[in-house]
Amino acid sequence: MSDSNILEVKDLQVHFPVTEGLLKRQVGSIAAVNGVSFHIKRGETFSLVGESGCGKSTTALSVLKMQSVLDGQIIFDGEDITHHSPAQMRGIRRKMQMVYQDPFGSLNPRMKIGSIIGEPLRVHGMAGDKTRYHARIASLMKTVGLLEDMAERYPHEFSGGQRQRICIARALALDPKLIICDEPVSALDVSIQAQVVNLLMDLQERLGLTYLFIAHDLSVVRHISNRVAVMYLGKIVEEADRDTLFKSPKHPYTKALLAAVPEADPEVEAQRAEQLIIGEIPSLRSPPPGCTFHTRCAEAMPICKQQAPDCRTDGASSLVCHLYS
Amino acid sequence: MNPLLAISDLSVTFATDRGQVQALDGVSLSLNAGETLAVVGESGSGKSVTALSIMGLLGDSGRVSDGSIEFDGEDLTKVSGQRLREIRGNQIAFIFQEPMSSLNPVLTIGTQVAEPIWLHHKKSWSEAFEQAGELLRRVAIPDAVNRLEDYPHQFSGGMRQRVMIAMALACQPKLIIADEPTTALDVTVQAQILSLLKNLTKEANSSLILITHDLGVVARYADNVAVMYGGRVIETASARELYKNPQHPYTEGLMASIPKLDGDPGSRLYTIEGQPPDLSNLPSGCSFNPRCPHAQDKCIMTKPTLSEVAPNHLRACFGYER
Amino acid sequence: MSEVTLQAGQSNSLLAFHRRMLRDKPLGGIGGLIFALFLFCGIFADLIAPYGMNETDMRRVLQAPSLAHWMGTDHIGRDVFSRILHGAQLSVIIGFLAAGLATVLSIVLGVLTGYFGGKADMLIQRFVDAWMTFPDLVLLIVVVSIVGPGEGQIIIILGCLYGIAGSRIIRGSTIAVRENMYTHAAQSMGASTLHVLWFHVLPNVMPVVIVLFTTRVGAVILAEAGLSFLGLGIPPPVPTWGSMLSGGGRTYMYVGPWLALAPGLALTVVVYSINVYGDALRDMLDPRMRGR
Ligand SMILES: Nc1ncnc2c1ncn2[C@@H]1O[C@H](COP(=O)(O)OP(=O)(O)OP(=O)(O)O)[C@@H](O)[C@H]1O
Ligand SMILES: Nc1ncnc2c1ncn2[C@@H]1O[C@H](COP(=O)(O)OP(=O)(O)O)[C@@H](O)[C@H]1O
Ligand code: SF4
Ligand code: SF4
Ligand SMILES: [Mg+2]
Ligand SMILES: [Mg+2]
Repeated sequence: MSDSNILEVKDLQVHFPVTEGLLKRQVGSIAAVNGVSFHIKRGETFSLVGESGCGKSTTALSVLKMQSVLDGQIIFDGEDITHHSPAQMRGIRRKMQMVYQDPFGSLNPRMKIGSIIGEPLRVHGMAGDKTRYHARIASLMKTVGLLEDMAERYPHEFSGGQRQRICIARALALDPKLIICDEPVSALDVSIQAQVVNLLMDLQERLGLTYLFIAHDLSVVRHISNRVAVMYLGKIVEEADRDTLFKSPKHPYTKALLAAVPEADPEVEAQRAEQLIIGEIPSLRSPPPGCTFHTRCAEAMPICKQQAPDCRTDGASSLVCHLYS
Repeated sequence: MNPLLAISDLSVTFATDRGQVQALDGVSLSLNAGETLAVVGESGSGKSVTALSIMGLLGDSGRVSDGSIEFDGEDLTKVSGQRLREIRGNQIAFIFQEPMSSLNPVLTIGTQVAEPIWLHHKKSWSEAFEQAGELLRRVAIPDAVNRLEDYPHQFSGGMRQRVMIAMALACQPKLIIADEPTTALDVTVQAQILSLLKNLTKEANSSLILITHDLGVVARYADNVAVMYGGRVIETASARELYKNPQHPYTEGLMASIPKLDGDPGSRLYTIEGQPPDLSNLPSGCSFNPRCPHAQDKCIMTKPTLSEVAPNHLRACFGYER
Repeated sequence: MSEVTLQAGQSNSLLAFHRRMLRDKPLGGIGGLIFALFLFCGIFADLIAPYGMNETDMRRVLQAPSLAHWMGTDHIGRDVFSRILHGAQLSVIIGFLAAGLATVLSIVLGVLTGYFGGKADMLIQRFVDAWMTFPDLVLLIVVVSIVGPGEGQIIIILGCLYGIAGSRIIRGSTIAVRENMYTHAAQSMGASTLHVLWFHVLPNVMPVVIVLFTTRVGAVILAEAGLSFLGLGIPPPVPTWGSMLSGGGRTYMYVGPWLALAPGLALTVVVYSINVYGDALRDMLDPRMRGR
């Protein structure tokens, strides 16, 4: 692998058992992530988009090794971490941090803000002496736009946007190389979303961060990402750089997804022919045969029901569809 | 033509542990038959309270302290409880945000859709049940007749919301109020549900109040828009006019802060500084003044009222130079 | 626990804390006062009791309450007030030790099974189920009749009895806390299991622990009274509230109602006070309830 990649995921498989009855007998399994491959370059923002349940969060958790992986390979910062023990992962976790969707649930209500932000330092024995520790917390708070005297307050005294800033400060404490953001602005009000998106972009510029960004709001994704991968039922169906994907989407699912997102402009909307994607995402317990999207695809062909399409890739972009093979 | 619904100067207060909280302060809205009005605003701005006061569902702690709600020639704040229930069942229907908790988990879908028809239309049970099947077909539930015997948990979130729409349509209401009907759903399903809602209301010439915080949804589905902030309506206009020519600094900021598909990716978004206001501790004068880039002395002293800046375009602001 | 604040408010002083409790939660505050009084009486019973606990005076048998004997005297002329004070001492010792043992047991069992889950949890839960289907009193009577009555036995038996049953409650709230994103966040930053348990799980199940402990103190005192009432508790002549009820209290109910009233009232007031105090404590220690 080349040094320019901070993360490389190859053929990732994550399965969950399906259990039944009182005794929790295993009767099958679902492939929540089913052969996902991607790589993230240093300093870029790579986004995963798709409908809920398609495996975005599970992919993110596997990268953090918070989720056991059935098969595949995860290479982080030149190191194959697929089979790392929890002890080996401790060192790795310093370099990878996560920001969650729910800024209310991800802060311990009984800890003060300063203590929350400093927790990663204490966990990794990097707190140092008291003055250095407090200075570090103060500077982190300043970095994300919080006032220093807020350190003594509890999470419930803050609004959603401020809490997300606290989460970001905590993620920055260990100077990580990669930050995984799982729907970081979905729970925020529109006027607050813009503040957090700007903050993430500023931090990336100043600190040279790399983001794995998970979201379902495509306009935010387009604004912040360099490259985008679209997931459907546990697989990446199209991956391309931002402009290509948004200007000339190729995969029928990508097109449908883009069409479903209303643009905040009535004039544009009036001209847009409404093309609805039919039906809902099928159950992972019994995914359709062939191309898993064929039940909803407007361009499905007879072969799509029988044979799963291969992945065609040219290094910069990839596509999984019979129309392009 | 008289509007179907005209809310004027509506104020609502809630009794809480910390004293009286004024959730709505002089809200005025109007809606014609067959029209879709979108109500937008941040969390806590009073969108749901407005909807609930139309339905007379403010609960024990809430109270309309001032103003009137004229619906089809009747003031809903004055009518008897009995009459309100009649109106609620027959002429105004409500679709909630959470389709899971609004359906009874132990009754079949068919029973739940048929029940209001049976109750309100004095039909036999088998007729009502048959009509329920017909309604489910209209909201595009595949294999509708065979799914009447299913229970809510066997339906996906999108299908449950379709059922809620079917129930709302059952009595051919004049007005449907949908409070964030798709917030819990995926964009693809959201598009399906909202188009369905829009088409069905158009067919029946019903009016629709669509509560949402998604400005894209507003642009696609609404005829008119009311923007709420801190318990007040601060701007109303037709959707096209509002997007092209926002007149209130808050609306303007809101429009500027969403990333546009033809915008410049990678640039910084416009932000409205500060936090949404706390209703129990509203700033004096214009409640937007702490966040407003154009605030003047006057804004801190007095509350601006809605006034016309263009035909059918009202805003509550003292005005500013752009 | 320097980082995780369990103390309330800026003032760390116990006195100021309770002064605030009296203001914000008067019922709980009064409960706390009575509880403190009970502790004080229990600890200093030897000093404050006007008479010895077994000092008999046959000239003053079954006297109604008077200035000399605030709660009257019993059938062999012992001062009831002094005996109540000494009884309080025993109740304090048994109540605190047994409830403490029960709580520690509940925490260890509940937090570990709740946090780790899995097969061991399944097995332990089935055992707890079986344990809880036995009526408390029957279990107590059986065990006491095997090992014989005595302070130590009673503490251990009651501790185990309530500890195992209470582990269910702790387990439930541990599972709720485990599912919270902040425990997840701590794991993902590389924190050890011990760190997560100590800083994230324990502080957030603490409210339940506090209530559990205080209700257990009450329950243990009652259970001990019940055992003593049945003659299975602390052997006489040591006065306990339960044996006072069953001994003189029952026999001389009509001649000297104060014999039953005094220990009965003491039990009721103390147990009730501890419970309301526990509730108030839980509310006051929650940072989200501050300033309300
Ligand atoms: N029953 C109630 N008791 C006290 N206050 C209430 C009650 N219901 C609503 N409020 C207050 O009224 C204000 C407006 O609430 P409302 O539910 O209308 O907000 P909203 O605009 O619908 O927000 P969201 O987008 O989060 O649904 C809020 O500050 C809320 O706290
Ligand atoms: N712990 C789990 N046990 C069983 N199934 C799970 C678990 N976590 C996620 N799943 C399933 O895996 C699929 C992908 O989930 P997830 O990655 O969370 O989706 P999303 O793309 O919305 O983040 C879903 O069908 C979900 O129900
Ligand atoms: S492979 Fe066939 S069904 Fe699948 S997306 Fe392409 S055209 Fe549609
Ligand atoms: S009234 Fe004043 S403070 Fe309010 S929006 Fe207008 S200019 Fe801004
Ligand atoms: Mg997710
Ligand atoms: Mg609402």
